[in-house]
Amino acid sequence: MATVTSYGQRLGNRVAVGMIILALIVFLAPIAWIGATAFKPRNLATTVPPTIFFAPEVSPFVKLFTKRVQLKPNEKVDYESAPWWERIVLDGGERISRTGRGEVQLSGYPSRFLNSLIVAITSTFLAVAMGTITAYGFSRFKVKGEADWLFFILSTRMLPPVVVAIPMFLMYRAVGLNDTHLGLIILYTAFNVSFAVWLMKGFIDEIPREYEEAALVDGYTRMEAFFKIVLPEAATGIAATAVFCFITAWNEYAFALIMTNRRAQTAPPFIPSQVGSGLPDWTVIASGTALFLLPVAIFTFLLRNHLLRGMSFGAIRK
Amino acid sequence: MAEIRLENVQKYFGAVHVIREVSLTVKDREFCVLLGPSGCGKTTTLRAIAGLEEVSEGRILINGKPVQNLHASDRDIAFVFQLYALYPHLTVFENLAFPLRATRIPDAEVRKSVTSVAESIGITHLLKLRPGALSGGDMQRVAIGRALVRRPKALLMDEPIGALDAKLREQMRTELKRLHLENGSTSIYVTHDQVEAMSLADTVVVMHDGVLQQVGSPSDVYLRPANLFVAQFIGSPVMNIADAQLRDEAGKASVLVHGAAFEVPREVLAAVSSRQVKDMALGIRPEGVLISHEETAGARSVSVHLIQPYGPFDIVDLNVGSQTLRARTPSGFASGKGQQVWARLDTTQAHFFDKSSGVSLGLRLG
Repeated sequence: MATVTSYGQRLGNRVAVGMIILALIVFLAPIAWIGATAFKPRNLATTVPPTIFFAPEVSPFVKLFTKRVQLKPNEKVDYESAPWWERIVLDGGERISRTGRGEVQLSGYPSRFLNSLIVAITSTFLAVAMGTITAYGFSRFKVKGEADWLFFILSTRMLPPVVVAIPMFLMYRAVGLNDTHLGLIILYTAFNVSFAVWLMKGFIDEIPREYEEAALVDGYTRMEAFFKIVLPEAATGIAATAVFCFITAWNEYAFALIMTNRRAQTAPPFIPSQVGSGLPDWTVIASGTALFLLPVAIFTFLLRNHLLRGMSFGAIRK
Repeated sequence: MAEIRLENVQKYFGAVHVIREVSLTVKDREFCVLLGPSGCGKTTTLRAIAGLEEVSEGRILINGKPVQNLHASDRDIAFVFQLYALYPHLTVFENLAFPLRATRIPDAEVRKSVTSVAESIGITHLLKLRPGALSGGDMQRVAIGRALVRRPKALLMDEPIGALDAKLREQMRTELKRLHLENGSTSIYVTHDQVEAMSLADTVVVMHDGVLQQVGSPSDVYLRPANLFVAQFIGSPVMNIADAQLRDEAGKASVLVHGAAFEVPREVLAAVSSRQVKDMALGIRPEGVLISHEETAGARSVSVHLIQPYGPFDIVDLNVGSQTLRARTPSGFASGKGQQVWARLDTTQAHFFDKSSGVSLGLRLG
């Protein structure tokens, strides 16, 4: 790192730090709002100015995980005999729905969350696996019309995906992939695979061929060399690609909204759908969003070392 | 251990003809060095033997068996790459064990082989490290160890010490020679450094433009270069090459070099005229240009143009006719530019070439 000496440099440094802090505030404010609102009592969620100090509650999460219905005008709630966690959500004209035998029903959120995990993890795995093998082929073998093929692969990203939403919906309905996990997995894999090919090609190009050639002369087949040498060497690239693919698949909203409604619905279209049922309870939406942010945060955190190396990949001569 | 034979090997990269009809036999236990300028096809030849490059035509035989259609993994040959190609994600031990793990060898045996190789190349203290933590010399030792650990039929090396600094190169050269003597594996070594080639090789193979120029012992290629290319490529400082005409005047034979006449034995006349050469070139190494301060028989007076001190000797450029001639002298022999000295040619060190084909006439005098 260069030592900062002159006045101009010091000023420039401060301006840069100021800009970074400003950018951080802009980017982190929504996350702070989500985090805070997820623990607020409902009546403090939408105050102006926002309430900063409050006694945190778990009621938003309880509401998130339970099925709620609006009370009809003449219905009464047996408030006294309800358990504690039911009592804390018996506000604003809502109650927890129960069957005749008094069982509490789970809301749709856990299964939507699970759907999100299934779809995002499977499609990320498929996209990265296919992308890595394809990139390896392009990187190591003479492919006729290589540049054209690569451009074709990239061109699948040039169209805004929503443009094809209606035809995709009709096709999916025709083949029965509507509202299935497989349908979404295929869709997200298709989105991500072109991106994965391009990203992985850059990483694999950087791995010297001599590594594999050394393995080849040492008695390994091309496949063994790929698994024993290329994959470990490309770990950084695979991690970076996986994070990007996972985020794309995890956050996808438009297609999930159109293609699914119940069985295979993912969390993104589910969370806002809660706005429409009764009065919008922002605390529930915030708690749902907060939980939804966690897997990406954890995944990225686990792979952070690879990612940092991945970001600077190619910038540093080894 | 094995004998390696190339028979009329040809290789094209698209329209580029990189190996042209190369035929070569490397005997069992021989240390053969492919020497040539960059782009001469020596590395491609080596890679073809290893199976990393397919040949377009011709046969490659190991112990008499054609292998040109076998995969690299089926040829039982080891390859040392210029940039080591050690796997960064494995420790030195695992790098050394890697070739053994390709076959199902019990762990205890792997351990034994790795330890014994590590001992012979002196890297036992490095086994637990990763390649990133090693110096260039140690990395190359590990790379060579990885090649030897399997006891392959042959050891191919592609400029294995070219990336090291000069001092380390010299040390590794000695080590390579010792390892070859101890292991005695058939070795083919590619380099563009003639010092490496001369000091390591049993046989030097000089290549240029994909064509074998000369195959011979180090002293062969130095003392009896087959053509002008070999003559100029081998030897440092470079051999003097000049257009030469023979003259026969007053019973004395002489050769005109850059327009200046030097006396030569009469037998040259007959030998050259019998070959019917149109234009001739004379090649003489700097040590074949003898200079003295006093007049000697057959010497002519020349002036010093430039002095380059090398340490143990000086290289002195002499004004001869319209050009210069390099001579090797003891250090400090010539005092400065413009000094008059006497120079003659040691005809026993002279080489005569057919200028149009570049081929040596094979004349040896004295």
